[in-house]
Amino acid sequence: MSHAVTEAPAKPAPAKGKPALSEGKRAERRLGLLLCAPAAIVMIAVTGYPIAYSIWLSLQRYDLRFPDERQFVGFENYVAVLSNSYWWTAFGTTMFLTVVSVAIELVLGMALALVMHRTLVGRGLVRTVTLIPYGIVTVVAAFSWFYAWTPETGYLANALAGESAPLTQQWPSLWLIILAEVWKTTPFMALLLMAGLALVPDDLLKAASMDGANAWQRFTKVMVPVMKPAILVALLFRTLDAFRIFDNIFVLTNGANDTSSVSMQTYNNLIKGLNLGIGSTMAVLIFITVAIIAFIFVKVFGTAAPGSDQGGRR
Amino acid sequence: MAEIVLDKVTKRYPDGALAVSEMDIEIADGEFVILVGPSGCGKSTALNMIAGLEDISSGELRIDGARANEKAPKDRDIAMVFQSYALYPHMSVRENMAFPLRLAKVDDATVRSKVEEAAAILDLTQHLDRKPSNLSGGQRQRVAMGRAIVRSPKAFLMDEPLSNLDAKLRGQMRTSVSKLQRQLGTTTVYVTHDQTEAMTLGDRVVVLRGGIVQQIGSPQFLYDHPANLFVAGFIGSPSMNFVPATLEDGSLKTPLGTITLTDRVRRLAEAADAPREVVAGIRPEHFEDAALMEESHRQGGSTFTATVDVLESMGAEKYAYFTVEEELATTAELEELAADAGATDVPGTGSAIVTRLSASSEAREGQPLDVWFDPDRIQLFDPANGTNLTYSG
Ligand SMILES: Nc1ncnc2c1ncn2[C@@H]1O[C@H](COP(=O)(O)OP(=O)(O)OP(=O)(O)O)[C@@H](O)[C@H]1O
Ligand SMILES: [Mg+2]
Repeated sequence: MSHAVTEAPAKPAPAKGKPALSEGKRAERRLGLLLCAPAAIVMIAVTGYPIAYSIWLSLQRYDLRFPDERQFVGFENYVAVLSNSYWWTAFGTTMFLTVVSVAIELVLGMALALVMHRTLVGRGLVRTVTLIPYGIVTVVAAFSWFYAWTPETGYLANALAGESAPLTQQWPSLWLIILAEVWKTTPFMALLLMAGLALVPDDLLKAASMDGANAWQRFTKVMVPVMKPAILVALLFRTLDAFRIFDNIFVLTNGANDTSSVSMQTYNNLIKGLNLGIGSTMAVLIFITVAIIAFIFVKVFGTAAPGSDQGGRR
Repeated sequence: MAEIVLDKVTKRYPDGALAVSEMDIEIADGEFVILVGPSGCGKSTALNMIAGLEDISSGELRIDGARANEKAPKDRDIAMVFQSYALYPHMSVRENMAFPLRLAKVDDATVRSKVEEAAAILDLTQHLDRKPSNLSGGQRQRVAMGRAIVRSPKAFLMDEPLSNLDAKLRGQMRTSVSKLQRQLGTTTVYVTHDQTEAMTLGDRVVVLRGGIVQQIGSPQFLYDHPANLFVAGFIGSPSMNFVPATLEDGSLKTPLGTITLTDRVRRLAEAADAPREVVAGIRPEHFEDAALMEESHRQGGSTFTATVDVLESMGAEKYAYFTVEEELATTAELEELAADAGATDVPGTGSAIVTRLSASSEAREGQPLDVWFDPDRIQLFDPANGTNLTYSG
């Protein structure tokens, strides 16, 4: 898992044209760097070393079953992985799962956030209840889903699937994986979005109603644009997370019927296959993809920590 | 353009708080009405009910004769200016002002011309493409006004629109609001707790206290004929002096001496069935340095002598503060007024008499001074309920 990517959105905006800083400003910046240094050093020590080691491994032929054949091979592993159809199938599956589940989570999460934001009675209770799925260990929840969808014994399978076994076919499996993912992480999305909703001043919505906006127009033309930073952060977090999906697939299908994700492939090669070279190559490729996603969010959509945008609130 | 009528309009919040109680106001077409009162008296609530942002608990709101209680804000065709300005941070000034027109599906050319026209009136033309966050307070305030005027609504509602501005800018904006309203002739309801705004802006002023209308009238009328102690103390700055007094066959015993009442005041007090113990009120501007009075004029009034505690020279006039021996009149209403004024308009310990003297007065701090006043200007109030016993509406 590549924790380093979470650093990306926190990167300070590069100073445009580098205007000369005053003495006081420079001292302040120096102090800022100094104060960040301990945390940064720990981060680098914990995340930097494994990343560098993975990259080093990915450049070697290194299979623990044949340790004697260990050898530096440059980008040979990358060529092998990138020209392999299994990898691309898994990549496609992962992309599909990511896009669809995050999209559904965004819509449901927003609806849930609006409900929680508007709820006047028992607000604390409502929030706690919605967070329960997020609090359950994924593997435990995944096993519940697995048994529920197992023919004969599972109540969901009995009620909805009839004679068929949904977890043995590709498309039904994918949708069930998405269902499990959405069920689990929508509360997290809702919580992030609710923080964004709190950033929309009440007066703004009142002003919009006075200006003639109906509820939907208030939502799309005022609420969403104003809370856009929070939405983007929520999307970024969830996309990065969803792209590394592993546990639900592992439990529900174990990657059978082309339902394997890139993380599953990596696991199969690295842990099961003991092929450190190929496994590390895949890990590095996942890291690069995730970094690209983060880059796109930050640079293209202008994602920033909520509240840090300078064009924003009063 | 519209006529707005509030008929026994009451607001009770879900938590039981009674914010506005049986409010009756008839606002004529094109009229500029000010809602004024201390903090928490229900001004914003009343305004929000007219806007449709708060439900009306009971009573009826009529706009142009038609019941509007159940109408959604967007269907009332009323524009509102908020204290916080409530500008959309993601839109430029132009887009902010165009927003109501876009929602009304007005075509692009008209939107453009209307926005530019409004911008010209408000002196915003060169800021049209900037974001609200880059504007000064006064400019933001004008954008908020612009957003209200572009669509020529039936009425404007303004909730303390100038209270976030500094004193000087507030003065300037006050004049432009007044000019703008006269120019457009749009019915306007304006909420404020600022004396000057209340006195200078409106055609009529509604004084509220604890959700109950105390008096409605032109600023001058409220100043001359306050219906009760609260209005008397609230309107006018510095506020009216109140002293306890005893009525005894035509004369009034006060800490300022025994005063012979004029026939007019006596008749009014008798007609009102005045009790023996009353509160006498007299405005600071109805005092004068006796030394400056002509002898003939001086005979018509009363004079008392007291030591000047503090003298403030404002250039055009002087304020002299005196302490009287006895406690000054206190009633629940006066205490509320003092609390609301933050005791700024009630200098010293609160037991001082404020007088406004001509600039040519020779008064000195610590020196005794003969002060003259006109007994015909005295107003008497019932200490039990605050009614003005000398009210002549
Ligand atoms: N949402 C609410 N729920 C319950 N009570 C409320 C609510 N809003 C206002 N109130 C109460 O109603 C009364 C009137 O409030 P309102 O906001 O109208 O006062 P105001 O005259 O506008 O005061 P200010 O000058 O401070 O703005 C207050 O006592 C307030 O506590
Ligand atoms: Mg208010």
